[in-house]
Amino acid sequence: MAEHTIEEEGGLVFHPLDQFIVKPLFGDGPVHWYTVTNVTLWMAIAVLCVVLVLVTGTRHRKVVPTKSQSIAELLYGFTYKMVEDVCGREGVKYFPYIMTIFVFILFANFLGLVPMSFSTTSQIAVTAVLGFGVFFAVTILGFVLNGAAFLGLFWMKDAPLVLRPIIAVIELISYFVRPVSHSIRLAGNIMAGHAVIKVFAGFAAIAAISPVSVLAITAIYGLEVLVAGIQAYVFTILTCVYLKDALHPSH
Amino acid sequence: MEGDVVVFGQMGQYIGAGLAGIGSGAAAIGVGHVAGNYLAGALRNPSAAASQTATLFIGLAFAEALGIFAFLVSLLLMFAV
Repeated sequence: MAEHTIEEEGGLVFHPLDQFIVKPLFGDGPVHWYTVTNVTLWMAIAVLCVVLVLVTGTRHRKVVPTKSQSIAELLYGFTYKMVEDVCGREGVKYFPYIMTIFVFILFANFLGLVPMSFSTTSQIAVTAVLGFGVFFAVTILGFVLNGAAFLGLFWMKDAPLVLRPIIAVIELISYFVRPVSHSIRLAGNIMAGHAVIKVFAGFAAIAAISPVSVLAITAIYGLEVLVAGIQAYVFTILTCVYLKDALHPSH
Repeated sequence: MEGDVVVFGQMGQYIGAGLAGIGSGAAAIGVGHVAGNYLAGALRNPSAAASQTATLFIGLAFAEALGIFAFLVSLLLMFAV
């Protein structure tokens, strides 16, 4: 199927989804779970950047912050306020986990926008690990903190008794779809945006419309910068919402 | 005869992928609805607006996720099936 479509789209020099192919970094053998690939490289770079900003930025702390210190403080304060607003005081205990997720996704998203780089968050494998990690963490936490009372999340006390079983089934389904939508939202947004940029880049090969396509790439790139930030924010705030459900299942 | 079936199958895939694209438009309506209603409320009571931006983004995310699902369905039809 894939070879077939490449032949048919004769106008495009490259395929818009080629940028998401996972390749081994050294040689080109098959990809095993331990193979060092371009995804590994760019995730490592993301972690390195996080360390650079957060650790070295706050190394020589001053009352009047330097530029890098204020960036680190801004990130910390922003996430802290988000956790406190959504989860309440009890949620602050889990702030390190949420901060880790937020900063990693933010840097991975923005590094994906660097030309010639690889956007790691466009891989569903990467986001699914993050999404299912949140799902399992929150579910286990809910049962540990509340015991069987956690199931009250599915049993709406304020609904009429006749409707409660039906609502329970719907709530149960929506609960188990959460990790899927949580991870696919991030991967899909990043993948869709990058694919659109590549489609317009393909049009640039046609001389008559190439100025328009370069302008369009610029505009969409701007949109993608926005999307990269917003999707990291959305992923994190949904993590906070799920965490709040685990902390207070009866609302 | 055998070739006809393959061609029809492919035709179905492409038509299906195109139809799944309608989902993106529907998600656009949803996202616009969320943002528009937020703005309408925020202009009436600007002091309460700042505290609701988190809710706004959650609403946007939910509306948008379904559009992304539609995009995913069309990608699957084009390349995976």
